[in-house]
Amino acid sequence: MLDLFKFKGGVKPPSNKTQSVGKPIALAPLPSRLIVPLHQSIGGTPRPLVQVGDRVLKGQMIGEADGWISAAVHAPTSGTVVAVEMHPQPHPSGLTALCVVIEPDGQETWIERQPLDYRSLAPEAVRERLQQAGVVGLGGAVFPTHGKLSASRTVPMEELVINGAECEPYITCDDLLMRERAEEVVRGIGLFRDLLQPKKVLIGIEDNKPEAVAALAAAVRAAGEDFAVVAVPTRYPAGGAKQLIRVLTGKEVPAAKRSTDLGVQCFNVATAYTAWRAIAHGEPLLSRLVTLTGNVHEPRNYEVLIGTPMDELLALAQPNPDTDGIIMGGPMMGFLVPDRRAPVVKATNCLIAHSPRLFPPAPPEMPCIRCGECARACPHELQPFEMYWFARAKNFGKTQEYNIFDCIECGCCSYVCPSRIPLVQYFRFAKSEIWARERDKNAADGAKERFEFKQLRDEREKAEKAEKLAKAAAAQAAKKAAEAAAAEAAAVSAEAAPLAADTAPAGAAPTGTTASPPAAPAPTDAEAAKRATIEAAMERARAQRAAAQPRNTEALSPARQAEISAIEARREAAAPPDENAP
Amino acid sequence: MFSTPPYLLKDASVSRVMTQVCLALLPGIAAYAWLVGPAILIQLAVASLAALLAEALMLQIRGKPLAPFLADGSAVVTAWLIALTFPPLAPWWLVATGVFFAIVVAKHLYGGLGQNPFNPAMVAFAVCIVSFPALMSQWPNQGLHLTLVQQADIIFGFAPRVDALTSATPLDALKTALKLGAESSVDVPSLLANQDIYGNFAGRGWEWVALGYFAGGLWLWLCGIITWQVPAAFLAALAAISGALWLYAPQSFANPLFHLFSGGAMLGAFFIATDPVSGSTTPRGKLIFGAGAGLLAYVIRVFGGYPDGVAFAVLIMNICVPVIDLFTQPRIFGMKGKS
Repeated sequence: MLDLFKFKGGVKPPSNKTQSVGKPIALAPLPSRLIVPLHQSIGGTPRPLVQVGDRVLKGQMIGEADGWISAAVHAPTSGTVVAVEMHPQPHPSGLTALCVVIEPDGQETWIERQPLDYRSLAPEAVRERLQQAGVVGLGGAVFPTHGKLSASRTVPMEELVINGAECEPYITCDDLLMRERAEEVVRGIGLFRDLLQPKKVLIGIEDNKPEAVAALAAAVRAAGEDFAVVAVPTRYPAGGAKQLIRVLTGKEVPAAKRSTDLGVQCFNVATAYTAWRAIAHGEPLLSRLVTLTGNVHEPRNYEVLIGTPMDELLALAQPNPDTDGIIMGGPMMGFLVPDRRAPVVKATNCLIAHSPRLFPPAPPEMPCIRCGECARACPHELQPFEMYWFARAKNFGKTQEYNIFDCIECGCCSYVCPSRIPLVQYFRFAKSEIWARERDKNAADGAKERFEFKQLRDEREKAEKAEKLAKAAAAQAAKKAAEAAAAEAAAVSAEAAPLAADTAPAGAAPTGTTASPPAAPAPTDAEAAKRATIEAAMERARAQRAAAQPRNTEALSPARQAEISAIEARREAAAPPDENAP
Repeated sequence: MFSTPPYLLKDASVSRVMTQVCLALLPGIAAYAWLVGPAILIQLAVASLAALLAEALMLQIRGKPLAPFLADGSAVVTAWLIALTFPPLAPWWLVATGVFFAIVVAKHLYGGLGQNPFNPAMVAFAVCIVSFPALMSQWPNQGLHLTLVQQADIIFGFAPRVDALTSATPLDALKTALKLGAESSVDVPSLLANQDIYGNFAGRGWEWVALGYFAGGLWLWLCGIITWQVPAAFLAALAAISGALWLYAPQSFANPLFHLFSGGAMLGAFFIATDPVSGSTTPRGKLIFGAGAGLLAYVIRVFGGYPDGVAFAVLIMNICVPVIDLFTQPRIFGMKGKS
């Protein structure tokens, strides 16, 4: 038996999981339309590969990964692309993003699938394949999985932690996955193990899911693997990666480090399952398990195509009439979806029908009485009431001194607060303010740098010009002298010319105005200096404007960005880059 | 609909916390009422009424909503602590003055609930014992049995305050006796054994009141309203210093048990020093805060000029809280074992 460690803090909210585990996983029917956002993972936004009117097949790539940390997106079923447009996203801000809208033809015609034996592939090829298949972390962070499958060069990989804890109340999709598809989960874990070569594999499942523990343990035995299936104490947020790593290995991953720096890597069970399907069956990530629960008549887990509109999906569970919203995720860290037509994405593990009866609104906020409940509940052992104090006062430097960026926004502090202060919101506010200020500062620094470079370049050009003029003058003087010499054959005057040619450039270089031995170029030089001063002033004004105003190249829609990058690419191809360009 | 995660909230509120504190005081209050009669209940009522009036007045002036803040119960807790630390037969206006000072000056002029750097009840005690030393030292005579009406008459000024009604507290009596008998052969053990004012292990009757507070305090700890650090450090420090001096000179110093169950030690350890607003908030800080208060309480009660030292000890430690908290910030997750 493995010795378990403890993490401090945490809370025990009512789990509300039994409602949705009664029935097996069901297949959600094809919706009328699939709205597939291109940006569904951490990292770069995939570029659209299809246009309106295109016929697509199930599993066909419709968005190509942009950069290494990015994952491809696929058509979840066969049909016709009816739009590539901005559409409301499942995001608390209600923002829109570029989506490929597909009208299913009902045929479910697959592309040609290529099942592979990963043992015959180089690790590089497996990672690329996972990226191409759009496999991302399904625990909620949606980090591209292939990016986590390279062992650190300096730190040996000791433990591979597989997260089946599922600590948020209401959510049961991982539970059902482990119960019903344990074998493929274990095979996926085997795939990860072979790529990372850890010393041991630890699968952590909260002890309120004995069926899942039993199913996974049986599958591990059947596969002849030596993975340890560990029932961990049920306490939110035991399923947080850092908390589970702590419980299983005793290691504490600080905010400034990656778990791989400590020789640990962590994946969700559903990610392992999906990776296995992608490699062994050639099926890209087209669907995922979603728990439908909350204020509904028929709570259940469904296998749902990515892109299914949430309102259409939730209708399957028959929401009660007083449902007034949809929470995506759990009640602790999830959020109310601003637009119910938003699609299911790779990060959607649960939809909870919200009603005031089920989730009564928080009573009015009272002043903090410094009781310290929040500090005792914080799994990262922070002092939330101190951070709250400084966030409220907009003293963001102090919030950072109290380690605000170690906050994982789990909500334990808000959950226990007797004064009903929405602490997590204060911390999100402080974090985003700090980020915004940092961005502004970087923008200002960039403008300053550009301006200084421009000034430097102007000076240099001016100096070069003066040098050229001086050289020309000297040459002319020399020519005149030579002519004079030829004409009069006077040796004395010829000696002065080379001397002038030697001294002029040296004197001209630093200021440009002092070195004008011949009288003729002087007016042009003064003019150039004046022009340069005006130019510099204009540039300064422009830089100030740029620093003060948001630039129109920020916060563009993906479509506009794509357009711009296409133009840039054309321009680059057409003209060779300017030599003077920085 | 504007609503933010988490959507689940624990069933907790400030008024619930304050109600639990009041409930935890009940065993001590029951013993107190048994000891001195219904006077204490009158004082609790007077103090509560004055506190709610003062609170309503200040909320009105500050333009704050009345209902949620009157219902939070914090003013009542302050009022009860004042009533329990003032002499039970003190005139009603003394208690009311203390309560008003606590609520108006010590609480609202500093910003109201959660903002006061000093424990309001202890500020009231300090102000009154400095301003009205005689009235604040008149404790009812042991063995005096007055009816509710008689006690009410004294409190509300309808009956003369006769000196014969009152006496010193057990702590004060011991100090006075030791001072008077400095030349003669008075020693603490015989005083404690022979004087009627002393009971089994502390002041007669008062030891049971202290036990009541102790029981209530333990319940608060079990409920998770207070943490163990402050009471444990307070009582341990008090026991340690009184024990050390008692071992050094048992003739001149009372034993630790006497000190733990005398005066405001138990009330202070579990109900006053544990005030979260004015106290230290870090685990190590709470140990320092509690120990400091315990030590100071002993020094003031034994060597100082006041019958008990809990109030001044807590106030002095309140001053130290910012610096204690600054230097006792706990190491966060992932940063342990690093400087």
